[in-house]
Amino acid sequence: MVRSVTSFGRSGLSDWLVQRVSGVILLAYFLYIGAALIGGVDYLAWREMFASTGMRVFTLLALLSLAAHAWIGMWAVSTDYMTERLMGPKGNVLRIAFQIACSLVIFVYVIWGIQILWG
Amino acid sequence: MVSNVKDNRPVNLDIGTMRLPITAWASITHRATGVALFVGMAVLLWLLDRSLSGAEGFASVQQCLDSFIAKLIIWGVVSALIYHSLAGIKHLVMDFGVGETMEGGVLGARIVIAASAVLILIAGAWIW
Ligand code: HEM
Ligand code: HEM
Repeated sequence: MVRSVTSFGRSGLSDWLVQRVSGVILLAYFLYIGAALIGGVDYLAWREMFASTGMRVFTLLALLSLAAHAWIGMWAVSTDYMTERLMGPKGNVLRIAFQIACSLVIFVYVIWGIQILWG
Repeated sequence: MVSNVKDNRPVNLDIGTMRLPITAWASITHRATGVALFVGMAVLLWLLDRSLSGAEGFASVQQCLDSFIAKLIIWGVVSALIYHSLAGIKHLVMDFGVGETMEGGVLGARIVIAASAVLILIAGAWIW
């Protein structure tokens, strides 16, 4: 059985929208970083860039978007393959274990990111 | 509790027995690159952490990125990001109802694959 209790917004439509909004935020963020790197940065410029409040907020927004986006995405993948239909009852166990592992990784990413910014 | 995902989702096609069209390849690659990015974010966060840890850390990242393996890994993550982003944009375009026909889907998949290939090569040239 695959139930929606473990989905992000408890509804497919909400997940669908969050997936898109978070995707666009991540894209904007990576384009911004990419543009800065192509322009070339030395340590001082790089540090200054991440010291500004605007960039810290943008980075935090990207981290939170990553958290939502990755959860919804990895949830979709796990509920497609790690199922009773494909694997028998152990599919359910594997899926829940996989989802717990993903949520732990996401948690680490967010905390790590906050520490990089304000640590 | 009301469950809005059916306990047993209908399975319409057994895709294991089919030859996949280009649209299916474009789709599964979007999925594979999404999962790869999830792992790749650890590499990027690590680089960000080191590069902001001080002038020494920044220099050590620069030095490390001189190595072939490190370049290869970065290129891999960037390539996944390029493909996943373009395919993601295609999703958005199709969500607005553009290109939802069979021909539109095939054309969209071709554009995403071709544009990704070009950008991935450019990224490779830039990294090396
Ligand atoms: C950088 C970190 C990112 C990670 C880790 C990530 C991961 C994922 C994963 C695992 C999926 C699920 C794939 C599937 O169900 O087949 C997904 C879906 C999606 N991603 Fe990303 N992604 C990232 C960035 C982006 C960006 C920059 C965009 C740009 C628009 C984007 C747009 C999308 C869209 C639209 C979907 C939904 C596809 C669907 O509804 O089937 N993602 N992502
Ligand atoms: C993308 C992730 C990374 C990969 C794949 C990677 C891989 C490698 C490899 C294969 C080497 C050996 C290069 C050689 O002998 O020529 C190396 C060297 C090195 N790495 Fe990394 N590394 C990564 C990230 C980092 C980071 C974040 C640091 C920051 C501390 C770092 C610091 C170093 C240093 C100081 C060296 C020695 C460089 C030298 O002596 O030329 N690496 N790395």
